[in-house]
Amino acid sequence: MPESIERTNDFVVKFANVNGSGSASANRLFARSILRMGVPVSPRNIFPSNIQGLPTWYEVRVSEAGHLGARGGADLMVAMNPQTWNEDIASIEPGGYLFYDSTKAMPTSKFRSDVTVIGMPLTEICNAEYTEPRERQLFKNIIYVGALAALLDIELAAVEGLLGDQFKGKEKLIAANVHALHLGNAYAMKHLDCPIGLRIRRADAVGDRIFLEGNNAAALGAVYGGATVCAWYPITPSSSLAEAFQRHCGRYRLDPETKKSRHAIVQAEDELASIGMVIGAAWNGARAFTATSGPGISLMQEFIGLAYFAEIPAVVFDVQRGGPSTGMPTRTQQSDILSCAYASHGDTKHILLLPEDPRECFTMGADAFDLADRLQTPVFVMLDLDIGMNERLCAPLDWDDARRLDRGKVMTAADLDAGKDFGRYLDVDGDGIPYRTYPGTHPKRGAFFTRGTTKDSRARYSEEGPDYVENMQRLLKKFETAKELVPHPVVRDAKQPTRFGAIFYGSTSPAMHEAVAALEAQGLHLDTLRIRAFPFHDDILDFVAAHDHVFVVEQNRDAQLRTLLMTEGDIAPAKLIKVLNYDGTPITARFILREIEKRMADANVVPLRKAVP
Amino acid sequence: MTYLAKPTLHHPNLPTNKLGFTHRDYEGSVSTLCAGCGHDSISAAIIQACFELDLPPHRVAKLSGIGCSSKTPTYFLGASHGFNSVHGRMPSVLTGANLANRDLIYLGVSGDGDSASIGLGQFAHSLRRGVNMVYIVENNGVYGLTKGQFSATADKGSKSKRGILNSDEPIDMISMAMNLGASFVARSFSGDKKQLVPLIKAAIQHRGAAFIDCVSPCVAFNNHIGSTKSFDYVREHNDAVNFLDVISGREPITTDYEPGTIQSVRQHDGSTLRLHKLAADYDARDRIAAMNFLQERQAAGEVVTGLLYVDPEAGDLHAYLNTVETPLNELDAVLVPGKAALDKINAGLR
Ligand SMILES: Cc1ncc(C[n+]2csc(CCOP(=O)(O)OP(=O)(O)O)c2C)c(N)n1
Ligand code: SF4
Ligand SMILES: [Mg+2]
Repeated sequence: MPESIERTNDFVVKFANVNGSGSASANRLFARSILRMGVPVSPRNIFPSNIQGLPTWYEVRVSEAGHLGARGGADLMVAMNPQTWNEDIASIEPGGYLFYDSTKAMPTSKFRSDVTVIGMPLTEICNAEYTEPRERQLFKNIIYVGALAALLDIELAAVEGLLGDQFKGKEKLIAANVHALHLGNAYAMKHLDCPIGLRIRRADAVGDRIFLEGNNAAALGAVYGGATVCAWYPITPSSSLAEAFQRHCGRYRLDPETKKSRHAIVQAEDELASIGMVIGAAWNGARAFTATSGPGISLMQEFIGLAYFAEIPAVVFDVQRGGPSTGMPTRTQQSDILSCAYASHGDTKHILLLPEDPRECFTMGADAFDLADRLQTPVFVMLDLDIGMNERLCAPLDWDDARRLDRGKVMTAADLDAGKDFGRYLDVDGDGIPYRTYPGTHPKRGAFFTRGTTKDSRARYSEEGPDYVENMQRLLKKFETAKELVPHPVVRDAKQPTRFGAIFYGSTSPAMHEAVAALEAQGLHLDTLRIRAFPFHDDILDFVAAHDHVFVVEQNRDAQLRTLLMTEGDIAPAKLIKVLNYDGTPITARFILREIEKRMADANVVPLRKAVP
Repeated sequence: MTYLAKPTLHHPNLPTNKLGFTHRDYEGSVSTLCAGCGHDSISAAIIQACFELDLPPHRVAKLSGIGCSSKTPTYFLGASHGFNSVHGRMPSVLTGANLANRDLIYLGVSGDGDSASIGLGQFAHSLRRGVNMVYIVENNGVYGLTKGQFSATADKGSKSKRGILNSDEPIDMISMAMNLGASFVARSFSGDKKQLVPLIKAAIQHRGAAFIDCVSPCVAFNNHIGSTKSFDYVREHNDAVNFLDVISGREPITTDYEPGTIQSVRQHDGSTLRLHKLAADYDARDRIAAMNFLQERQAAGEVVTGLLYVDPEAGDLHAYLNTVETPLNELDAVLVPGKAALDKINAGLR
């Protein structure tokens, strides 16, 4: 038998639960109590949509070093779902721990000899303490949190503090929860071998960071970005974005006197209608958005093209998941890159923003509205399930009160009265961006007819080739202008000059940072560049040019961003090496490390450590 | 040919409305539709209605889908913003536009292909949401723009120009509109301007979803014998239940009518609709009775026209969403909660 794992502030606890058993809030309490002890955690919800009985998992990675990417495996399994027992037991790391409800005896064949088994008769304890079924159910969860606190050395005060915050003003509830917590804790202290080899030790590694979901942050971004119209159609994993917007609007978008809404949220009949409403609202001068996922993006294609050609701002939050519609709706991927970048028919290209964490979901969420108005075009904010639906530690959200909504080039009645020449698609400033007017602006001037491409620069009907080409060239120029306006890439140089570079984006960030640090520790040096937007800034192409081999790390099968780089940057395919994770689980540092190590070896790089005898 | 601007010289003696606009101020560019197309008559009726209602043209937003019918917004109200969107999706674009600025008048123009085939879903949902708009379907029973295929409103047994019989059941947009909660439902005929103009006026003044199904023959592909959407067929089978005067609030009602021949409906904006009853017992406020009446007459091959149903007390989407009176597109200054609020949010996330 391998030795039991002994680790402090660096391990993974995984909860296997039955959906709807009230475990979600207890598990969250567990994760947040560790945060309160100053130790970073990154939890992930895993919830397959297609297994009967609806099992769910909640995986908490504890990492004082601050690694927030998924790690894989579990050092402690809290197995509360008999249905998934076998696979749960199998996923425990050798030398790991198993915590389970021992009320009903389990045959020994159901255990593993290399795992420390910790049984606690949770149901029995609950049944003795509580009579109501609902109470038995709910407090069972709190009881195991109490027991885990004992097993892992978590301060009870940290948990109690959270309970106090959660049930503020409801003293009875606080008392009942604290009672259950102590019940579990006391039992474990008395009957179990506490603490085990996995321990939490108070640290100061969280700082002023906040803990929130990307969808929630993006919704806040929409509030700060001045969105007033939201049209959406429910789809996992994006629904909670629109729902969070609704919640925030209830708080920040009501007229203080009349309590009337300064926003309009419509649950549309489908994604065609939601994007149609967004386009109509934006055409009419409101800031509007939709939130969706891959299948919705597919349905929106025709409209997105119209918005591109008719030059209408529209913000689309795409919380990516595996495809297709009956695919892996609850699994994360970055597989809508191409279908968004080139969405629709005809020659189209679109702005993509690629947030790495909830903080960027917020900033890019707000910036998207300025960019859409400034560039008069659709803007996609590309979240994924991993950052969208999981709470993640990130720097606090920030806002500059001097900032004003940038509504872009809008001609007002005063401008028109002053005799400014208005032609809807005239490139007056040489940046490819024309001026627009909102409907209803002026009794005599500034009206125009919006259509696709059968128009001239003054929006008059035209099917003439030269008019079409002039318009298409101007749209390209506008896309050039966008390069400087979108968020620039983040470059990080290795400790030593190296011929190797790696490009990554979005939710891959934490795993990538961890992998790079591990490679560096082995003497393998890698410059990195995180892409934050499409169109690609020149720095991105310079980075590729400056390296012999560039790994492109992505969470999809077809290396979609790599394709985009090759096409848009005229880069030789051989130079861009694919590193692809697409099994639906979030990419891990372990995976990146293994892939890059192997390929660097193939390219004959001898790690420094090994090279020096 | 690309763009035909109309000469803008005004005749000095053209009559003006209360705003000082002439009829010409409500026109658009020259139509490129086939000579005699029913759709052009509907454009003319829209121009007439807006002129008579003294509407500032720029306060109207006109939206359409794709089709010959959906091209027509270019041919009226040249001083209004217009939007030729995608096939069958005018309703969603209009809904969004309406949400952004509740103060404009929204005129949605569509075809039977646009609204009864590809756009049936959006047609339905915009009505059930009660979007404050006038939604006109220029119904010719064919796809004009793609050269004469049957549309979903073509009657079963009607014959195409090439002699093919339509075997599918027709979609009756009027019955659907009533079912779906449109609060103003009318049918008319492009060849009957007298009936159509007041209906458009009343629909514009109506608050809520106003739907007009206007039979509008396609002279190129559906005006032959055997078609039930031809000029001749509709003239012969036009079964008008009423005709309408629209009286704005201040005007006194002067003429006397025989009791039972007039139904007066006061709309929320103070205007009165005076319905001259042609079918004596037709009550345009009774939705169920109206639906029964329609089914009976239609089964007999009649084309029932007139103001078929109106609910003058109807609300609209803004009322349901309880939005502020100020248009949402004018709220910029009060939309951003600011740093202090964000700091509080941060504090709650630790
Ligand atoms: C997505 C899509 N499919 C097909 C078409 C081709 N198309 C253009 S107009 C039209 C039918 C229009 O019929 P209707 O709405 O009745 O208008 P009409 O021309 O009869 O006035 C079709 C099928 C299109 N524009 N878009
Ligand atoms: S094809 Fe038919 S609908 Fe189209 S313009 Fe000609 S007559 Fe009108
Ligand atoms: Mg038609």
